[in-house]
Amino acid sequence: MSAPIQATIREQLGGEDVDVSVSHGMTVLDLPPARLLATVRRLKEELGFDLFLDVTAVDWPQREPRFDVVYHFYSTAQRVRVRVRTRVTEAEPAVDTLTGLYGSARYMERECHEMYGIDFRGNFDLRPILLYEGFVGHPLRKDYPKRREQWLIPERKPEPAS
Amino acid sequence: MSASLPNPIRPAFNEPLDPAHVIVNIGPSHPATHGTIQIVAEIDAEKVVRTDVHCGYLHRGFEKECESHTWHTLIPYVDRLNYCSALINNFAYCEAVETLMGIEITPRCRYLRTLLSEYSRVADHLTCVAASLMELGAMTAFLYLVTIRDYIYEHLADLTGARVTYSYGRIGGLANDLPEGWLKRLEEIFGEYEEFVGRVHGLIDRNRIFIDRTRDVGVISTADAINWGYTGPILRSTGVPRDLRKDTPYLAYGELDFEVPVGIKGDNYDRYFVRMREMDESMHMIRQLVDMLPPGPVTVDDRRCTLPPKRLVYDEIESLINHFKLIMDGPQVPAGDAYVAHESANGELGFYVVSDGTGRPWKVHVRAPSFVHMGGAHLMLDGGQLADIIPTFGSINMIGGECDR
Repeated sequence: MSAPIQATIREQLGGEDVDVSVSHGMTVLDLPPARLLATVRRLKEELGFDLFLDVTAVDWPQREPRFDVVYHFYSTAQRVRVRVRTRVTEAEPAVDTLTGLYGSARYMERECHEMYGIDFRGNFDLRPILLYEGFVGHPLRKDYPKRREQWLIPERKPEPAS
Repeated sequence: MSASLPNPIRPAFNEPLDPAHVIVNIGPSHPATHGTIQIVAEIDAEKVVRTDVHCGYLHRGFEKECESHTWHTLIPYVDRLNYCSALINNFAYCEAVETLMGIEITPRCRYLRTLLSEYSRVADHLTCVAASLMELGAMTAFLYLVTIRDYIYEHLADLTGARVTYSYGRIGGLANDLPEGWLKRLEEIFGEYEEFVGRVHGLIDRNRIFIDRTRDVGVISTADAINWGYTGPILRSTGVPRDLRKDTPYLAYGELDFEVPVGIKGDNYDRYFVRMREMDESMHMIRQLVDMLPPGPVTVDDRRCTLPPKRLVYDEIESLINHFKLIMDGPQVPAGDAYVAHESANGELGFYVVSDGTGRPWKVHVRAPSFVHMGGAHLMLDGGQLADIIPTFGSINMIGGECDR
Protein backbone atom coordinates (compact mmCIF):
# COMPACT_ATOMS: atom_id res chain seq x y z
CA MET A 1 0.00 0.00 0.00
CA SER A 2 2.79 2.38 0.87
CA ALA A 3 5.09 1.39 -2.01
CA PRO A 4 3.52 3.61 -4.72
CA ILE A 5 3.65 6.71 -2.53
CA GLN A 6 7.26 5.97 -1.67
CA ALA A 7 8.09 5.88 -5.37
CA THR A 8 6.16 9.11 -5.91
CA ILE A 9 8.04 10.86 -3.12
CA ARG A 10 11.36 9.67 -4.49
CA GLU A 11 10.43 10.83 -7.97
CA GLN A 12 8.91 14.17 -7.04
CA LEU A 13 11.00 15.32 -4.14
CA GLY A 14 14.30 13.48 -4.45
CA GLY A 15 17.10 15.63 -5.78
CA GLU A 16 20.73 16.35 -5.32
CA ASP A 17 20.30 17.83 -1.86
CA VAL A 18 17.21 15.83 -0.82
CA ASP A 19 18.08 12.26 0.03
CA VAL A 20 15.20 9.78 0.08
CA SER A 21 15.65 6.50 1.92
CA VAL A 22 13.52 3.87 3.62
CA SER A 23 14.07 3.02 7.27
CA HIS A 24 12.02 0.30 8.98
CA GLY A 25 9.32 0.70 6.34
CA MET A 26 9.08 4.47 6.64
CA THR A 27 10.14 6.90 3.94
CA VAL A 28 12.77 9.31 5.23
CA LEU A 29 13.72 12.59 3.58
CA ASP A 30 17.07 14.08 4.58
CA LEU A 31 17.41 17.65 3.45
CA PRO A 32 19.19 20.92 4.26
CA PRO A 33 17.27 23.40 6.44
CA ALA A 34 16.86 25.81 3.56
CA ARG A 35 14.79 23.26 1.64
CA LEU A 36 12.52 22.35 4.57
CA LEU A 37 9.61 24.72 4.12
CA ALA A 38 9.33 24.26 0.36
CA THR A 39 9.49 20.47 0.64
CA VAL A 40 6.93 20.27 3.42
CA ARG A 41 4.62 22.56 1.47
CA ARG A 42 4.81 20.19 -1.48
CA LEU A 43 4.27 17.20 0.82
CA LYS A 44 1.14 18.83 2.15
CA GLU A 45 -0.33 20.38 -0.94
CA GLU A 46 0.63 17.93 -3.66
CA LEU A 47 1.07 14.62 -1.89
CA GLY A 48 -1.65 14.91 0.73
CA PHE A 49 0.32 14.75 3.98
CA ASP A 50 -2.28 16.71 5.89
CA LEU A 51 -1.59 15.63 9.48
CA PHE A 52 1.44 17.08 11.19
CA LEU A 53 2.28 14.48 13.81
CA ASP A 54 5.36 15.52 15.58
CA VAL A 55 8.54 17.53 15.68
CA THR A 56 11.48 16.82 17.90
CA ALA A 57 15.24 17.11 17.84
CA VAL A 58 18.09 14.69 18.47
CA ASP A 59 21.28 15.97 20.05
CA TRP A 60 24.62 14.55 18.86
CA PRO A 61 27.17 16.65 20.80
CA GLN A 62 30.19 15.06 19.12
CA ARG A 63 28.91 15.67 15.64
CA GLU A 64 28.91 18.75 13.47
CA PRO A 65 26.20 19.89 12.71
CA ARG A 66 25.03 19.01 16.18
CA PHE A 67 21.25 18.69 15.98
CA ASP A 68 18.83 16.64 13.92
CA VAL A 69 15.39 18.19 13.70
CA VAL A 70 12.95 15.39 12.96
CA TYR A 71 9.41 15.80 11.66
CA HIS A 72 6.74 13.16 11.14
CA PHE A 73 3.77 13.61 8.85
CA TYR A 74 0.81 11.39 8.09
CA SER A 75 -1.45 11.29 5.10
CA THR A 76 -5.01 10.54 6.13
CA ALA A 77 -5.92 9.66 2.55
CA GLN A 78 -2.98 7.38 1.70
CA ARG A 79 -2.54 6.15 5.27
CA VAL A 80 1.20 6.40 5.27
CA ARG A 81 3.78 8.30 7.30
CA VAL A 82 6.86 10.14 6.23
CA ARG A 83 9.81 11.41 8.23
CA VAL A 84 11.62 14.61 7.31
CA ARG A 85 15.00 15.16 8.89
CA THR A 86 17.28 18.14 8.70
CA ARG A 87 20.53 19.05 10.43
CA VAL A 88 21.28 22.35 12.13
CA THR A 89 24.44 23.59 13.79
CA GLU A 90 24.90 24.57 17.40
CA ALA A 91 25.90 28.10 16.36
CA GLU A 92 22.73 28.64 14.35
CA PRO A 93 20.07 26.14 15.45
CA ALA A 94 17.33 27.62 13.30
CA VAL A 95 14.74 26.22 10.91
CA ASP A 96 11.68 27.79 9.35
CA THR A 97 8.45 27.43 11.24
CA LEU A 98 5.66 25.26 9.89
CA THR A 99 2.90 27.16 11.67
CA GLY A 100 1.82 28.65 8.35
CA LEU A 101 0.99 25.17 7.08
CA TYR A 102 -0.19 23.32 10.19
CA GLY A 103 -1.87 24.73 13.28
CA SER A 104 -0.58 21.90 15.43
CA ALA A 105 3.01 23.02 14.78
CA ARG A 106 2.50 25.90 17.20
CA TYR A 107 2.51 23.85 20.38
CA MET A 108 5.01 21.26 19.27
CA GLU A 109 7.55 23.82 18.09
CA ARG A 110 7.27 25.53 21.44
CA GLU A 111 8.17 22.27 23.15
CA CYS A 112 11.09 21.58 20.85
CA HIS A 113 12.31 25.13 21.30
CA GLU A 114 12.45 24.98 25.08
CA MET A 115 13.84 21.45 25.24
CA TYR A 116 16.58 21.80 22.61
CA GLY A 117 16.86 25.51 21.91
CA ILE A 118 15.92 25.08 18.28
CA ASP A 119 14.81 28.43 16.92
CA PHE A 120 11.76 28.23 14.69
CA ARG A 121 12.01 31.30 12.49
CA GLY A 122 8.63 32.92 12.07
CA ASN A 123 6.97 31.33 15.09
CA PHE A 124 6.33 34.34 17.29
CA ASP A 125 4.94 32.39 20.22
CA LEU A 126 7.88 30.44 21.57
CA ARG A 127 6.98 30.89 25.24
CA PRO A 128 7.87 28.01 27.54
CA ILE A 129 5.16 25.39 27.64
CA LEU A 130 6.21 22.41 29.73
CA LEU A 131 8.80 24.43 31.64
CA TYR A 132 8.27 27.80 33.25
CA GLU A 133 9.21 31.41 32.61
CA GLY A 134 12.82 32.05 33.50
CA PHE A 135 14.06 28.49 33.16
CA VAL A 136 17.70 28.65 32.10
CA GLY A 137 19.05 26.18 29.56
CA HIS A 138 17.58 23.43 27.43
CA PRO A 139 17.06 20.29 29.50
CA LEU A 140 17.05 17.67 26.75
CA ARG A 141 20.44 18.73 25.42
CA LYS A 142 23.02 16.15 26.37
CA ASP A 143 25.15 18.73 28.19
CA TYR A 144 22.34 19.64 30.61
CA PRO A 145 23.00 17.59 33.78
CA LYS A 146 20.05 15.47 34.77
CA ARG A 147 20.29 16.48 38.41
CA ARG A 148 20.43 20.25 37.95
CA GLU A 149 17.56 21.83 39.81
CA GLN A 150 16.10 25.29 39.27
CA TRP A 151 13.85 26.34 42.08
CA LEU A 152 11.09 28.86 41.70
CA ILE A 153 10.81 29.33 45.43
CA PRO A 154 13.74 29.69 47.84
CA GLU A 155 14.89 26.36 49.11
CA ARG A 156 14.29 25.95 52.82
CA LYS A 157 17.57 25.10 54.52
CA PRO A 158 17.42 22.34 57.12
CA GLU A 159 17.85 23.56 60.68
CA PRO A 160 21.43 23.08 61.86
CA ALA A 161 21.66 20.18 64.27
CA SER A 162 22.14 21.46 67.79
CA MET B 1 10.48 34.24 52.08
CA SER B 2 10.46 36.85 49.36
CA ALA B 3 7.30 38.91 49.10
CA SER B 4 6.40 37.97 45.55
CA LEU B 5 6.90 34.71 43.75
CA PRO B 6 7.67 34.83 40.04
CA ASN B 7 4.73 33.92 37.85
CA PRO B 8 5.51 30.55 36.26
CA ILE B 9 3.67 31.45 33.06
CA ARG B 10 3.42 34.43 30.77
CA PRO B 11 -0.14 34.63 29.44
CA ALA B 12 -0.62 35.44 25.77
CA PHE B 13 -2.71 38.45 26.77
CA ASN B 14 -2.87 40.65 29.83
CA GLU B 15 -5.31 43.29 28.64
CA PRO B 16 -8.87 42.56 27.57
CA LEU B 17 -9.94 43.47 24.05
CA ASP B 18 -12.87 45.43 25.43
CA PRO B 19 -13.00 47.27 28.77
CA ALA B 20 -16.21 45.41 29.61
CA HIS B 21 -14.43 42.04 29.37
CA VAL B 22 -12.74 40.33 32.29
CA ILE B 23 -9.74 38.04 32.28
CA VAL B 24 -10.11 35.08 34.61
CA ASN B 25 -7.65 32.41 35.51
CA ILE B 26 -8.88 28.81 35.79
CA GLY B 27 -6.52 26.31 37.34
CA PRO B 28 -3.90 24.92 37.49
CA SER B 29 -5.31 23.32 40.59
CA HIS B 30 -9.01 23.58 40.11
CA PRO B 31 -11.23 20.91 41.64
CA ALA B 32 -13.27 20.53 38.46
CA THR B 33 -10.45 20.13 35.97
CA HIS B 34 -9.29 16.57 36.39
CA GLY B 35 -5.71 17.33 35.57
CA THR B 36 -3.43 20.22 36.37
CA ILE B 37 -4.04 22.62 33.56
CA GLN B 38 -4.28 26.37 33.53
CA ILE B 39 -6.68 28.21 31.28
CA VAL B 40 -6.46 31.98 31.07
CA ALA B 41 -9.77 33.11 29.61
CA GLU B 42 -11.12 36.46 28.57
CA ILE B 43 -14.84 36.51 29.24
CA ASP B 44 -17.65 38.78 28.20
CA ALA B 45 -20.28 38.18 30.89
CA GLU B 46 -20.72 34.38 30.57
CA LYS B 47 -19.26 34.10 27.09
CA VAL B 48 -15.67 33.05 26.48
CA VAL B 49 -13.95 35.42 24.05
CA ARG B 50 -10.52 33.83 23.88
CA THR B 51 -8.45 31.40 25.89
CA ASP B 52 -4.81 30.62 26.44
CA VAL B 53 -4.18 27.07 27.58
CA HIS B 54 -1.07 26.28 29.60
CA CYS B 55 0.12 22.82 30.44
CA GLY B 56 3.35 21.56 31.97
CA TYR B 57 2.48 21.49 35.65
CA LEU B 58 3.02 17.74 35.67
CA HIS B 59 6.26 17.83 33.72
CA ARG B 60 8.75 15.47 35.32
CA GLY B 61 11.40 15.06 32.65
CA PHE B 62 10.28 11.69 31.30
CA GLU B 63 12.37 11.92 28.15
CA LYS B 64 15.48 13.03 30.03
CA GLU B 65 15.08 10.30 32.62
CA CYS B 66 14.72 7.60 29.95
CA GLU B 67 18.19 8.36 28.62
CA SER B 68 19.83 7.15 31.82
CA HIS B 69 18.02 3.81 32.01
CA THR B 70 18.37 0.63 30.02
CA TRP B 71 15.77 -0.07 27.36
CA HIS B 72 14.06 -2.44 29.79
CA THR B 73 14.11 -0.53 33.03
CA LEU B 74 12.29 2.49 31.67
CA ILE B 75 9.10 0.51 31.05
CA PRO B 76 7.61 1.57 34.44
CA TYR B 77 8.01 5.20 33.38
CA VAL B 78 6.12 4.49 30.18
CA ASP B 79 3.19 3.27 32.30
CA ARG B 80 2.87 6.65 33.87
CA LEU B 81 2.22 8.52 30.65
CA ASN B 82 -1.40 7.67 30.12
CA TYR B 83 -2.16 6.00 33.42
CA CYS B 84 -5.75 5.23 32.39
CA SER B 85 -4.58 2.80 29.73
CA ALA B 86 -1.02 1.99 30.70
CA LEU B 87 -0.92 -1.27 28.77
CA ILE B 88 -1.27 0.49 25.42
CA ASN B 89 1.76 2.63 26.30
CA ASN B 90 3.69 -0.49 27.26
CA PHE B 91 2.96 -2.28 24.02
CA ALA B 92 3.60 0.72 21.78
CA TYR B 93 6.97 1.31 23.41
CA CYS B 94 7.93 -2.37 23.27
CA GLU B 95 7.00 -2.53 19.62
CA ALA B 96 9.16 0.49 18.86
CA VAL B 97 12.19 -1.21 20.41
CA GLU B 98 11.31 -4.53 18.77
CA THR B 99 11.20 -2.74 15.41
CA LEU B 100 14.75 -1.51 15.94
CA MET B 101 15.92 -4.97 16.99
CA GLY B 102 14.03 -6.75 14.23
CA ILE B 103 12.16 -9.01 16.64
CA GLU B 104 8.91 -10.67 15.67
CA ILE B 105 6.77 -11.46 18.70
CA THR B 106 5.10 -14.83 19.18
CA PRO B 107 1.52 -15.36 17.93
CA ARG B 108 0.11 -15.74 21.44
CA CYS B 109 1.80 -12.53 22.52
CA ARG B 110 0.41 -10.72 19.47
CA TYR B 111 -3.17 -11.73 20.26
CA LEU B 112 -2.77 -11.11 23.96
CA ARG B 113 -1.41 -7.61 23.36
CA THR B 114 -4.34 -6.87 21.09
CA LEU B 115 -6.79 -8.19 23.67
CA LEU B 116 -5.24 -6.23 26.50
CA SER B 117 -5.00 -3.06 24.41
CA GLU B 118 -8.72 -3.22 23.77
CA TYR B 119 -9.40 -4.01 27.41
CA SER B 120 -7.40 -0.94 28.41
CA ARG B 121 -9.24 1.15 25.89
CA VAL B 122 -12.51 0.18 27.56
CA ALA B 123 -11.12 1.18 30.96
CA ASP B 124 -9.85 4.48 29.58
CA HIS B 125 -13.10 5.38 27.86
CA LEU B 126 -15.04 4.41 30.98
CA THR B 127 -12.91 6.82 33.00
CA CYS B 128 -13.32 9.62 30.52
CA VAL B 129 -17.06 9.23 30.05
CA ALA B 130 -17.65 8.78 33.76
CA ALA B 131 -15.70 11.90 34.66
CA SER B 132 -17.28 14.07 32.01
CA LEU B 133 -20.77 12.91 33.04
CA MET B 134 -20.03 13.64 36.66
CA GLU B 135 -18.97 17.15 35.74
CA LEU B 136 -22.48 17.64 34.38
CA GLY B 137 -23.93 16.35 37.63
CA ALA B 138 -24.70 12.77 36.63
CA MET B 139 -23.43 11.07 39.76
CA THR B 140 -25.34 7.82 39.21
CA ALA B 141 -23.91 7.29 35.76
CA PHE B 142 -20.45 8.02 37.14
CA LEU B 143 -20.81 5.36 39.81
CA TYR B 144 -22.12 2.77 37.36
CA LEU B 145 -19.21 3.35 34.98
CA VAL B 146 -16.57 3.45 37.68
CA THR B 147 -17.94 0.22 39.13
CA ILE B 148 -17.30 -1.64 35.92
CA ARG B 149 -13.95 0.09 35.52
CA ASP B 150 -12.98 -1.14 38.93
CA TYR B 151 -13.92 -4.70 37.97
CA ILE B 152 -11.57 -4.32 35.03
CA TYR B 153 -8.79 -2.88 37.19
CA GLU B 154 -9.07 -5.72 39.67
CA HIS B 155 -9.16 -8.21 36.85
CA LEU B 156 -5.99 -6.70 35.39
CA ALA B 157 -4.43 -6.77 38.85
CA ASP B 158 -4.94 -10.55 38.84
CA LEU B 159 -2.90 -10.66 35.67
CA THR B 160 -0.20 -8.09 36.28
CA GLY B 161 -0.12 -7.50 40.02
CA ALA B 162 -1.03 -3.82 39.84
CA ARG B 163 -4.26 -1.93 39.44
CA VAL B 164 -3.19 1.03 37.33
CA THR B 165 0.47 1.03 36.39
CA TYR B 166 1.08 -2.48 35.21
CA SER B 167 4.63 -2.60 33.74
CA TYR B 168 3.46 -5.75 32.01
CA GLY B 169 5.01 -5.37 28.57
CA ARG B 170 8.47 -6.70 27.91
CA ILE B 171 10.72 -6.20 24.93
CA GLY B 172 9.97 -9.33 22.95
CA GLY B 173 6.90 -10.39 24.85
CA LEU B 174 4.98 -10.09 28.10
CA ALA B 175 5.84 -10.48 31.76
CA ASN B 176 3.79 -13.64 32.20
CA ASP B 177 1.00 -15.66 30.66
CA LEU B 178 -2.64 -15.47 31.74
CA PRO B 179 -3.26 -16.90 35.19
CA GLU B 180 -5.70 -19.75 35.60
CA GLY B 181 -9.33 -18.71 35.45
CA TRP B 182 -8.60 -15.30 33.97
CA LEU B 183 -10.65 -15.89 30.84
CA LYS B 184 -13.52 -17.25 32.91
CA ARG B 185 -13.71 -14.03 34.89
CA LEU B 186 -13.52 -12.13 31.59
CA GLU B 187 -16.74 -13.86 30.52
CA GLU B 188 -18.44 -12.63 33.70
CA ILE B 189 -17.19 -9.10 33.09
CA PHE B 190 -18.77 -9.12 29.61
CA GLY B 191 -22.14 -9.60 31.29
CA GLU B 192 -21.51 -6.99 33.97
CA TYR B 193 -20.28 -4.54 31.36
CA GLU B 194 -23.45 -4.94 29.35
CA GLU B 195 -25.62 -4.44 32.38
CA PHE B 196 -23.91 -1.32 33.71
CA VAL B 197 -23.18 0.36 30.40
CA GLY B 198 -26.72 -0.45 29.29
CA ARG B 199 -28.03 1.44 32.31
CA VAL B 200 -25.89 4.45 31.39
CA HIS B 201 -27.21 4.35 27.82
CA GLY B 202 -30.72 4.34 29.27
CA LEU B 203 -30.00 7.22 31.63
CA ILE B 204 -28.02 9.51 29.37
CA ASP B 205 -28.47 8.96 25.64
CA ARG B 206 -31.82 10.72 25.30
CA ASN B 207 -31.64 12.70 28.49
CA ARG B 208 -32.93 16.20 27.81
CA ILE B 209 -30.58 17.86 30.31
CA PHE B 210 -27.57 16.05 28.94
CA ILE B 211 -28.43 16.85 25.32
CA ASP B 212 -29.02 20.51 26.13
CA ARG B 213 -25.66 20.74 27.80
CA THR B 214 -23.65 18.88 25.14
CA ARG B 215 -25.28 19.27 21.71
CA ASP B 216 -23.54 22.02 19.69
CA VAL B 217 -21.11 22.66 22.52
CA GLY B 218 -17.39 22.54 21.87
CA VAL B 219 -17.81 21.97 18.14
CA ILE B 220 -14.76 21.32 15.98
CA SER B 221 -14.82 20.79 12.22
CA THR B 222 -12.96 18.03 10.40
CA ALA B 223 -10.68 20.49 8.62
CA ASP B 224 -9.75 22.20 11.88
CA ALA B 225 -9.27 18.89 13.64
CA ILE B 226 -6.80 17.67 11.01
CA ASN B 227 -5.02 21.00 10.82
CA TRP B 228 -4.51 21.00 14.58
CA GLY B 229 -3.27 17.42 14.67
CA TYR B 230 -6.31 15.80 16.27
CA THR B 231 -6.53 12.02 16.11
CA GLY B 232 -8.55 9.38 17.88
CA PRO B 233 -12.13 9.79 19.16
CA ILE B 234 -12.08 13.58 18.73
CA LEU B 235 -11.24 13.36 15.03
CA ARG B 236 -13.76 10.56 14.57
CA SER B 237 -16.46 12.58 16.31
CA THR B 238 -16.23 15.07 13.44
CA GLY B 239 -17.36 12.36 11.05
CA VAL B 240 -14.23 10.86 9.51
CA PRO B 241 -13.49 7.17 10.11
CA ARG B 242 -9.75 7.59 10.70
CA ASP B 243 -8.51 4.86 12.98
CA LEU B 244 -5.00 3.43 12.93
CA ARG B 245 -6.38 0.01 13.81
CA LYS B 246 -8.17 -0.02 10.45
CA ASP B 247 -5.88 2.23 8.40
CA THR B 248 -2.48 0.80 9.23
CA PRO B 249 -3.33 -2.51 10.93
CA TYR B 250 -0.82 -3.56 13.56
CA LEU B 251 -0.81 -6.42 16.08
CA ALA B 252 -3.80 -8.61 15.21
CA TYR B 253 -6.23 -5.89 14.17
CA GLY B 254 -6.10 -6.91 10.52
CA GLU B 255 -7.87 -10.19 11.38
CA LEU B 256 -10.64 -8.71 13.50
CA ASP B 257 -14.12 -7.70 12.54
CA PHE B 258 -14.99 -4.27 13.92
CA GLU B 259 -16.51 -0.97 12.94
CA VAL B 260 -15.16 2.53 13.36
CA PRO B 261 -17.91 4.63 14.93
CA VAL B 262 -18.05 8.27 13.87
CA GLY B 263 -19.97 11.32 15.03
CA ILE B 264 -21.92 13.88 13.04
CA LYS B 265 -20.51 17.28 13.85
CA GLY B 266 -17.78 16.98 16.45
CA ASP B 267 -19.51 18.36 19.53
CA ASN B 268 -19.45 17.08 23.09
CA TYR B 269 -22.41 14.77 22.54
CA ASP B 270 -20.67 13.15 19.57
CA ARG B 271 -17.53 12.61 21.58
CA TYR B 272 -19.57 10.96 24.33
CA PHE B 273 -21.32 8.71 21.86
CA VAL B 274 -18.21 7.80 19.87
CA ARG B 275 -16.53 6.66 23.08
CA MET B 276 -19.56 4.64 24.19
CA ARG B 277 -19.77 2.92 20.80
CA GLU B 278 -16.02 2.30 20.73
CA MET B 279 -16.26 0.46 24.02
CA ASP B 280 -18.87 -1.85 22.52
CA GLU B 281 -16.61 -2.45 19.52
CA SER B 282 -13.70 -3.18 21.84
CA MET B 283 -15.75 -5.74 23.75
CA HIS B 284 -16.76 -7.27 20.43
CA MET B 285 -13.07 -7.53 19.51
CA ILE B 286 -12.15 -9.05 22.86
CA ARG B 287 -14.78 -11.79 22.36
CA GLN B 288 -13.25 -12.62 18.99
CA LEU B 289 -9.74 -12.60 20.43
CA VAL B 290 -10.62 -15.00 23.23
CA ASP B 291 -11.64 -17.54 20.58
CA MET B 292 -8.57 -16.88 18.43
CA LEU B 293 -6.00 -17.02 21.24
CA PRO B 294 -3.42 -19.62 20.17
CA PRO B 295 -1.37 -21.71 22.63
CA GLY B 296 2.37 -21.27 22.89
CA PRO B 297 4.95 -19.06 24.59
CA VAL B 298 4.28 -15.37 25.22
CA THR B 299 7.91 -14.33 24.94
CA VAL B 300 10.32 -14.81 22.07
CA ASP B 301 13.29 -17.05 22.68
CA ASP B 302 15.88 -14.43 21.82
CA ARG B 303 18.88 -14.04 24.08
CA ARG B 304 19.34 -10.41 23.05
CA CYS B 305 16.30 -9.34 25.04
CA THR B 306 14.76 -12.22 26.98
CA LEU B 307 16.16 -13.43 30.27
CA PRO B 308 17.22 -17.08 30.20
CA PRO B 309 15.23 -19.56 32.34
CA LYS B 310 16.20 -19.30 35.99
CA ARG B 311 17.25 -22.94 36.19
CA LEU B 312 19.87 -22.40 33.48
CA VAL B 313 21.15 -19.25 35.18
CA TYR B 314 22.05 -21.37 38.20
CA ASP B 315 23.37 -24.28 36.16
CA GLU B 316 25.54 -22.92 33.38
CA ILE B 317 27.94 -20.02 33.04
CA GLU B 318 26.69 -18.81 29.64
CA SER B 319 23.19 -18.22 30.93
CA LEU B 320 24.51 -16.57 34.06
CA ILE B 321 26.55 -14.15 31.94
CA ASN B 322 23.57 -13.61 29.66
CA HIS B 323 21.36 -12.78 32.63
CA PHE B 324 23.99 -10.46 34.11
CA LYS B 325 24.60 -8.62 30.85
CA LEU B 326 20.90 -8.13 30.19
CA ILE B 327 20.35 -6.69 33.65
CA MET B 328 23.49 -4.56 33.88
CA ASP B 329 23.98 -3.40 30.29
CA GLY B 330 20.47 -3.80 28.97
CA PRO B 331 19.42 -5.29 25.64
CA GLN B 332 21.82 -4.13 22.92
CA VAL B 333 19.65 -2.35 20.39
CA PRO B 334 21.16 -1.78 16.92
CA ALA B 335 21.82 1.86 16.06
CA GLY B 336 19.03 3.58 14.19
CA ASP B 337 15.72 5.25 14.77
CA ALA B 338 12.12 4.12 14.54
CA TYR B 339 8.70 5.67 14.94
CA VAL B 340 5.90 3.35 15.98
CA ALA B 341 2.37 4.55 16.57
CA HIS B 342 -0.54 2.76 18.18
CA GLU B 343 -4.13 3.90 18.36
CA SER B 344 -4.36 4.70 22.05
CA ALA B 345 -7.61 5.62 23.71
CA ASN B 346 -6.92 9.31 23.02
CA GLY B 347 -5.47 9.10 19.54
CA GLU B 348 -2.18 8.41 17.88
CA LEU B 349 0.39 7.53 20.52
CA GLY B 350 3.77 7.52 18.82
CA PHE B 351 7.14 6.49 20.16
CA TYR B 352 10.17 7.84 18.36
CA VAL B 353 13.20 5.96 19.67
CA VAL B 354 16.81 6.59 18.70
CA SER B 355 19.55 4.13 19.53
CA ASP B 356 23.29 4.55 19.29
CA GLY B 357 23.82 0.82 19.48
CA THR B 358 24.08 0.45 23.26
CA GLY B 359 21.84 -0.82 26.01
CA ARG B 360 20.55 2.64 26.86
CA PRO B 361 18.36 4.75 24.60
CA TRP B 362 19.93 7.80 23.03
CA LYS B 363 16.50 9.34 22.92
CA VAL B 364 12.91 8.34 23.60
CA HIS B 365 10.36 10.81 22.36
CA VAL B 366 6.63 10.44 22.86
CA ARG B 367 4.12 11.86 20.47
CA ALA B 368 1.46 12.29 23.12
CA PRO B 369 -2.07 12.81 21.79
CA SER B 370 -3.12 14.82 24.87
CA PHE B 371 -0.36 17.35 24.34
CA VAL B 372 -1.29 17.89 20.71
CA HIS B 373 -4.96 18.12 21.62
CA MET B 374 -4.23 20.85 24.15
CA GLY B 375 -2.64 22.87 21.34
CA GLY B 376 -6.00 23.15 19.61
CA ALA B 377 -8.22 23.19 22.69
CA HIS B 378 -8.92 26.91 22.31
CA LEU B 379 -10.85 26.13 19.10
CA MET B 380 -13.46 24.29 21.15
CA LEU B 381 -13.50 26.68 24.09
CA ASP B 382 -13.58 30.08 22.36
CA GLY B 383 -17.05 31.39 21.73
CA GLY B 384 -18.68 29.04 24.22
CA GLN B 385 -20.02 29.56 27.70
CA LEU B 386 -17.78 29.79 30.73
CA ALA B 387 -19.68 26.90 32.33
CA ASP B 388 -18.98 24.73 29.28
CA ILE B 389 -15.22 24.97 29.61
CA ILE B 390 -15.15 22.14 32.14
CA PRO B 391 -17.33 19.63 30.23
CA THR B 392 -15.62 20.41 26.93
CA PHE B 393 -12.25 20.02 28.54
CA GLY B 394 -13.44 16.74 30.04
CA SER B 395 -14.51 15.46 26.65
CA ILE B 396 -11.03 16.10 25.23
CA ASN B 397 -9.77 13.72 27.95
CA MET B 398 -6.48 15.39 28.67
CA ILE B 399 -4.29 13.06 30.70
CA GLY B 400 -1.71 15.09 32.60
CA GLY B 401 0.89 12.35 32.75
CA GLU B 402 0.93 12.02 29.00
CA CYS B 403 0.48 15.68 28.13
CA ASP B 404 3.26 17.03 30.32
CA ARG B 405 5.59 14.01 30.40
